[in-house]
Amino acid sequence: MTLKTTPLHAAHQQAGARLVDFAGWEMPLHYGSQIDEHHAVRRGAGVFDVSHMQVVDVSGGQAQAFLRRLLANDVAKLRTPGRALYSCMLNADGGVVDDLIVYFRGDQGYRMVVNAATAEGDVAHMRAVAQGLDASVETRPELALLAVQGPEAVAKVAPLLPGELSTAGELRPFHAVWGERWMAARTGYTGEDGFEIMLPAEQAEAFWDGLLRAGTQPIGLGARDTLRLEAGMNLYGTDMDESTTPLVSNLGWTVAWEPADRDFIGRAALERQRAEGVPAQMVGLVLEGRGVLRGGTRIETRAGDGTVTSGSFSPTLGISIALARIPAASDEVELTAHLRGRTMPVRRVKPPFVRHGKSLLD
Amino acid sequence: MSETPQDLRYSESHEWVRVESDGAVTVGITGHAQELLGDLVFVETPEPGSAASAGEACATVESVKAASDVYAPVSGEIVAVNEGLADAPELVNESPYGEGWLFRIEPSDTTELDALMDADAYAAKVASES
Repeated sequence: MTLKTTPLHAAHQQAGARLVDFAGWEMPLHYGSQIDEHHAVRRGAGVFDVSHMQVVDVSGGQAQAFLRRLLANDVAKLRTPGRALYSCMLNADGGVVDDLIVYFRGDQGYRMVVNAATAEGDVAHMRAVAQGLDASVETRPELALLAVQGPEAVAKVAPLLPGELSTAGELRPFHAVWGERWMAARTGYTGEDGFEIMLPAEQAEAFWDGLLRAGTQPIGLGARDTLRLEAGMNLYGTDMDESTTPLVSNLGWTVAWEPADRDFIGRAALERQRAEGVPAQMVGLVLEGRGVLRGGTRIETRAGDGTVTSGSFSPTLGISIALARIPAASDEVELTAHLRGRTMPVRRVKPPFVRHGKSLLD
Repeated sequence: MSETPQDLRYSESHEWVRVESDGAVTVGITGHAQELLGDLVFVETPEPGSAASAGEACATVESVKAASDVYAPVSGEIVAVNEGLADAPELVNESPYGEGWLFRIEPSDTTELDALMDADAYAAKVASES
C-alpha cells in the first residue's frame, strides 16, 4: 500500500525525520530525539505537521440543527463566531466514534477537525446523519494543518501570519480567527499555549520554513503523544473507541445534557448507563519507582482489575505516568501495577499531570 | 543507517561484544538497536558478581516506546556494570559503542565467542531485516 503524504513530506525528510506509517500516512515519529522535542515544546516552541487530520466544513440552513444531533456537546453554546468546542461524536450505543474540535464561523457555518485514522468513517457517518437536512458536509483536503505549541509559540507565529489574521495573538483559548483561506485557532493538544493553523497546502512549506528559521523545533508524533499524555488528554483509539462511552473515558464534562430535549445520537444509551450506574472510571496514575506503564498494563484495585489505556515515560516529570480505566467502585489512592512479571505501587492522581510546563503533582 | 564497528562481535539479538585486553568482554546494544528503541529512559543492569548464561536475559533497556531485554552473549560472571546509565540512560543513544556500554562479563567459555557474528555479517543481517 502506498502511504499518503502531507504537503510537508519533503520538509520532514530535509529536517531528518524518522518517518513511520501512521493510519496510512507517512508521518514523522521524531527528528532525532523525541525527548528533546518534548522539552522544546514545554520550554520554547515546536511545530507539528498534523495535516493528516481531516478538516470538515459544515454549511447550510440546518447546519446547527445537524451538529446538535451529531455531537454529544452542544454547538448552541457557540454564540459568537470564532468560538470553538471539544466534543465526542457517538454511535447509538453511546460509544465514541471520534473526538473532535468544532469551530463556529457564523453565517458560513462550522468547521470540524477529526482524527486521521477515523476520517473516512467519520465523514460517511456525518453524511448519513445529514440526510434530509439542509446541511452539507465537505472535506477540505486542499488545506494543510500545523500546530505551533509552547510558551514562545505566539511570538514565533505572529510575524508569519498574513495580515488578515493579525489579531490572532490576542485570541483567548478556544477562539479562532478566519481569513479568506487561512484560519488560526488558540487550541492544541499539549497543555501549552499556541495555535493550530489551517492554510492552503501550497503555502505550507514556506510557513514551516519561516517557523524553523525563527527557532521553532519540528516535533514528531512521539513527542506529540507524551505531551498530550502529560496534559491528561485522551487519544482516540487508545483511551476510547466505539466500545466505550464518554462517561467511562473521563469525558462526562463534554456531554451537554441540557436542554433535556436535545436528542443527540447516543443520548438514550448514555442516560441508560447513567441510570444503571457507570461501571468504570478513567484515572491518572503515577508509577512509584523505575519502569514504564504501558497500554495494557494490569492495574489491581480493591474493587477489581483495571487496565492502563495509555502509559509512557513523562519527560517533564522524569517518571512514568498513565491513563487507566478502573472499576468505578475503586476509591483508593494507592493501587498496584503488574508490570513485566513484577508488582509495583502506583498512585492515583487527577489528570492533567503537567500544564504550562509545570508539574501538577503534589 | 548506523555504524557497525569492525573490531566488535555481534549477537542475533543486537548486542555487541568487545574482547578487552584482560580477557573480559564488554557488552552493549548496537547502534541499530538503540535507533529502533528510540530515546532510552531507564536501564536496568545486572548485579556485579552474578552469573550470566549465554542467551539469557540479564539487563533491561526501556525506551519511551518499549521495554526490551538484553541477553548475555556469552556465559560467565558479571564483573562490572555501567553505573552511569542509572542517571544518564541517554548515553546508550548517544554513544552505543562507547560510554553507553552496559556490563562486562568474565567469560567461562571463550569458544562461545565464536558463535557471534563479525561486523559484516551483522550489517548484512540488519540490512536484510529493514
